[in-house]
Amino acid sequence: MADLTKKYDVLVIGGGNAALCAALSARLEGASVLVLERAEKFYRGGNTRHTRNMRCAHDEATGTLTGPYPEDELFEDLLRVTEGETDEELARHMIHESKDMLNWIVEQGVRFQPPLAGTLGLGRTNSFFLGGGRAMLNALYNTAARIGVDVLYEAEVTSMDIEEGMFLSATAHIDGKDETIRAGALVAAAGGFESNIDWLKEYWGEAAENFLIRGTANNQGTILKMLLDKNVQQIGDPTQCHAVAIDARAPKYDGGIITRLDCVVFGIVVNKHSERFYDEGEDIWPKRYAIWGRLVAAQPDQIAYIVFDHDSLHRFMPSLFPPIKADTIGELAAVLEIPAETLEKTVTEFNGAVVDGTFDHTILDDCHTDGIEPAKTHWARRLETPPYYAYPVRPGITFTYLGTRVNKEARMIMDDGKLSANMFAAGEIMSGNVLGKGYAAGIGMTIGSVFGRIAGREAANNARN
Amino acid sequence: MHGTDTLTEADRLMTVCNSCRYCEGLCAVFPAMIMRQEFPDGDLNYLANLCHGCGACFYDCQFAPPHEFKVNVPKVMAQARAESYEAYAWPRAFSGLFARNGLAISIIAALSVAIFIFGFAVVNDPAVFFGVHTGPGSFYVLMPHNSMVVLFGAAFLYAIVASIMGARMFWRDIGEPASTLREPQSLWQAMKDAGKLRYLDGGGADCSADEDATPDHRRFYHHCTFYGFMLCFAATSVATLYHYLLGMVAPYPWYDAPVVLGTIGGIGLLIGPVGLLKAKLKRDPDMQDKERFGMDVAFLAMLFLTSLTGLALLFLRDTSAMGILLALHLGVVFSLFITMPYGKFVHGIYRFMALVRYARESHTTT
Repeated sequence: MADLTKKYDVLVIGGGNAALCAALSARLEGASVLVLERAEKFYRGGNTRHTRNMRCAHDEATGTLTGPYPEDELFEDLLRVTEGETDEELARHMIHESKDMLNWIVEQGVRFQPPLAGTLGLGRTNSFFLGGGRAMLNALYNTAARIGVDVLYEAEVTSMDIEEGMFLSATAHIDGKDETIRAGALVAAAGGFESNIDWLKEYWGEAAENFLIRGTANNQGTILKMLLDKNVQQIGDPTQCHAVAIDARAPKYDGGIITRLDCVVFGIVVNKHSERFYDEGEDIWPKRYAIWGRLVAAQPDQIAYIVFDHDSLHRFMPSLFPPIKADTIGELAAVLEIPAETLEKTVTEFNGAVVDGTFDHTILDDCHTDGIEPAKTHWARRLETPPYYAYPVRPGITFTYLGTRVNKEARMIMDDGKLSANMFAAGEIMSGNVLGKGYAAGIGMTIGSVFGRIAGREAANNARN
Repeated sequence: MHGTDTLTEADRLMTVCNSCRYCEGLCAVFPAMIMRQEFPDGDLNYLANLCHGCGACFYDCQFAPPHEFKVNVPKVMAQARAESYEAYAWPRAFSGLFARNGLAISIIAALSVAIFIFGFAVVNDPAVFFGVHTGPGSFYVLMPHNSMVVLFGAAFLYAIVASIMGARMFWRDIGEPASTLREPQSLWQAMKDAGKLRYLDGGGADCSADEDATPDHRRFYHHCTFYGFMLCFAATSVATLYHYLLGMVAPYPWYDAPVVLGTIGGIGLLIGPVGLLKAKLKRDPDMQDKERFGMDVAFLAMLFLTSLTGLALLFLRDTSAMGILLALHLGVVFSLFITMPYGKFVHGIYRFMALVRYARESHTTT
């Protein structure tokens, strides 16, 4: 049982993968550890609940990985997705440490599964959690309970006492009371600020009102803001977030994986004026997956419609909501409440511009358009087999890049370049250090686990000295 | 459009799950789901009967209640399963009645038959009923062997016919060709999967009673129950052979095959059902189909009582209690037979057949 009168060695704020790895690692070093999770028990774990795999380097195939994934290759992949916006020293350190993570995390009770149908062709590079992210969290929490980590749910930290880069105590709202919790060291692992619409509005204006948040509603960025206000150095572009196009009918928060749509290639995408606005055939998954959120965010009212015909209906993975269906393009527009004549014109022009080729959605094929703007450069096929279908889409925000700067010990660096005396960070709150831009599947979990483990260990050592 | 509200909900869940698929490594249900994009009633009944109800997907699911998507696969599959038992029951008229009053009906049936035997014997000759009888043929002093054979042969035959009729209904409903049941590869795979309860372990994490992974050892208890039942069945079969082929008349000495098999099996049938009932009571109520509690418990109770009365008969057969114990034991066994096609027993048949289909699907689609 948590004892709020005592001074803990390590206080962990947050309850996801990074927080639990930090808590376990600190506890394994012999520290007394308290975890403050803002969510209720069911929702514990923040965005980790919606994850499924982690991307760790390994030198050979294993029972659950189909081949080797050397450190250099993982670094090259990271360099490519971030377009160089990464701290090479930190990134290489993390990648090196990621190798042992595959063992360590299993020692903490997490189970992996062999590559199966749904593992998206990442069977060589990514390790998939058996049962997904919540199963992984359950394993970590069960281990934490077993080895004596104290955990409090529905415990929101409302302020922190920090003096010149030294953490003294945190005040949290627990069971209707404000409690002050002292600790020798702090691990901040409380996620980004993507659920804080007002904060998003600072960069995106009113458009942010129409954003859907794919993960927990709890990532309000309050801990991040407190730390930045106490002169912790910031890193990552504050104006940016990772956004994909998701079903507009998804709930505001926590729709997770099942609201994603990856059928842009099979049809055309129009805005509320029934006009196309971007090349739907530009690139292959997952790169196209990551640009459409931003594209839709730039359209009026932040909404768009993927329109396709019956021939494409069973060519992609199903999603939660059925597509909207009508017998003609005009009727489809009427259901979608967008201009019917314009949509008919858009489709007619598009169909007229299609140059036949050999359709293959797994490669950049030779089906394209000729003479329309914007062009569809691959996978272009006429929409001509009724009934017709549409998915309404909106930007779905996955995570933000703004964070606290850290060194290889996961120790926070202050504005003046000095190291914090006893504050560490792990997970999305510091992911901008290595992931300044873009995304690669499973990399968020790698950042969380590796820096969580390091932060916990360093915080425990720090508290002891 | 689906036949029932339960199937409509099952379809909704499968649509949610099919757009997530995080659970594909847990059991057979999700890989079977991935092979489909649409879910007609027959396929949902197939998936429901393929589900072992381990519960792993409920605790692993980020969309389980209280999330607004309310994904509760174990519960809805349990409801769909129970409704499918009723739909396949033969004759149909008995199904709903039993589903609502399973335990009461089983016990009343057992007592009625016991009292009938008891009364029959007492009316004939009270001295014989309460007397002490030992040695070969002592059971048949109370009830002639041929009467016993006619009564229990008929009950057993009835159970077999009704079960086969149900199995045919199931197979037809899920739309699987009869030829699949003649594929040695699929049958052998299903026998291995059923024999090990491969899919009752949540993909390796073992099924647990709650989110904190408290183990409930259901697999162990189910093994006790199933293999205990099979051993008792073997004991009866060996005894039948003894009687007709070798002319050896029951009761047999303690070291002889029917008694040894029956005793070991009987112990399994004491431990297994009690353990399963305990696990059921401990199990997260959010996952359970509480309306069918009676039906589930009836089968466990009858198995337990069959074993209890059988073992009591074994240990006290040389005393004056033999008559009443034999009457009770025979009553329970009779009731077990005639209620089998309408209760939880059928899950074994449909589950096995679903596993056969799954084995066929797995090797023809990969």
